[in-house]
Amino acid sequence: MTEIPEHLRKRAEAAKAKAQAAAGGGDAPAGDAPAGDTPAAEEKIPSHLLDRTTAASDQPAPTAGGTAAPAAGSGPDGHNQRLLTVVKSGSIQDTKATPQDKVHVWPHLLLAEFLAALAITLFSLLFSIFVNAPLLELADFNKTPNPSKAPWYFLGLQELLTMFHPMVAGVTIPGIGLFVLILAPYIDKNPSKRPEDRKFAISLMTVHLMFWAVLVMIGSFFRGPGFNFIFPWNSGLFFEL
Amino acid sequence: MADEKKPAGQALQEQLSQLTDQVQGSQAWSSIFRPGSIFRKGYNDSPRNRSYVIMNSVLYHLHPVKVKRHAVKVSYTLCLGGLSFFLFILLTVTGIFLMFFYRPTAAQAWDDIQTLQTAVGFGLLVRNMHRWTAHLMVLTVFLHMARVFYHGAYKPPREFNWVVGVMLLQFTLLLSFTGYLLPWDQLALWAVTVGTNMMGFTPVFGEQVRFVLLGGVEIGTDTLLRWYTLHVLMLPFVLVIFLAVHFWRVRKDGGISGPL
Repeated sequence: MTEIPEHLRKRAEAAKAKAQAAAGGGDAPAGDAPAGDTPAAEEKIPSHLLDRTTAASDQPAPTAGGTAAPAAGSGPDGHNQRLLTVVKSGSIQDTKATPQDKVHVWPHLLLAEFLAALAITLFSLLFSIFVNAPLLELADFNKTPNPSKAPWYFLGLQELLTMFHPMVAGVTIPGIGLFVLILAPYIDKNPSKRPEDRKFAISLMTVHLMFWAVLVMIGSFFRGPGFNFIFPWNSGLFFEL
Repeated sequence: MADEKKPAGQALQEQLSQLTDQVQGSQAWSSIFRPGSIFRKGYNDSPRNRSYVIMNSVLYHLHPVKVKRHAVKVSYTLCLGGLSFFLFILLTVTGIFLMFFYRPTAAQAWDDIQTLQTAVGFGLLVRNMHRWTAHLMVLTVFLHMARVFYHGAYKPPREFNWVVGVMLLQFTLLLSFTGYLLPWDQLALWAVTVGTNMMGFTPVFGEQVRFVLLGGVEIGTDTLLRWYTLHVLMLPFVLVIFLAVHFWRVRKDGGISGPL
């Protein structure tokens, strides 16, 4: 499922092959080295370093530097060399962050975006060719249409106005709804994003969204003259977009 | 015949590729198309060029060079945020077209739209597109909000971007509502009458807000001018600023939210 990008995989394969070749070359002298001088450290210390220390200890040692050091003496060029410690790469170069699986935006994301934009342009173009936007007769202050309806996204509010005092329906309820919506990230302290961990939040939001959706539906399709309740299949539609 | 045609075609092909080389090799061409442009000479599909396409384009560099693999899954975002932005661009383009033919006065507004629909080339089509995409944008912004909520994408560190997003939803509604009055027909007048009457019930300063928005105690030609200015200038201006913050925060907060 998680596919490594092509160029990264190639690079990793090349690096692996190179490492293998290097390891193959390094093994050869290790086989020649006389074993038994440093039995405990043998598997941890790189073979070429072992070689060097054994070669040095074979020569007559002029000074004894330390007791812990396996060998000390003058090296091949007459230098005094001592192997203090070998730090294995794992202990200091440990990568803790796992690399993220990423893809290039071009073409992977831009292509999807382009197609989506194309599709919605095509949809709105075709829709606009076949369906005309409403233009009723000139505005007339003396002729109130019956029913008078707000734009569809405010019909939920208009619907509330039929049930409550304007102060409650027009201000308090939508005000609280909006306020809670804005504060949602600060109210919801649950750190999990998994749906099964946030059943309450999801239920609450669904009820909230459905509340407005149902009110808008009723206001749009089930309200006729005098904003009285009607069934659209009996009395027809009183709805303009 | 075939022997004669083939060399002729080849010669033409050679000439064409020569011409392409010359044009693409010219200083003007390579000054216009920056490295990584697919029109630049020697473009090939390499990781470096894929990065350059994004970095060296004023439009595309809204995006990072790379995104998490799951972020490009259409089933996660449903493209809703991007589509809302694209609809906003579409509305700007069609709206500018409409502005050429519209005067926001009670005496002229309705006639101008009537003329636009009957006498201006593509006038009806562009007006239709402006209206339908406006409704569509309200819908996509709303669905985008629902999508973000259900994915829990508003959780830290993205809390503030959610707040910006809710503001953007309100600006979208206000833009749609201010545009609703502009045709100055019966639908516009009475829908806005109902809407602004609700506004008047806001406690303390409700009447004042209504007065300022209407430019008087009743809807009239002053209202039309005010809402026109709000619709074509002020609200889009404010919305673009919030949009910039919204996009910027998406990147700063670590790209779009992770998989569930």
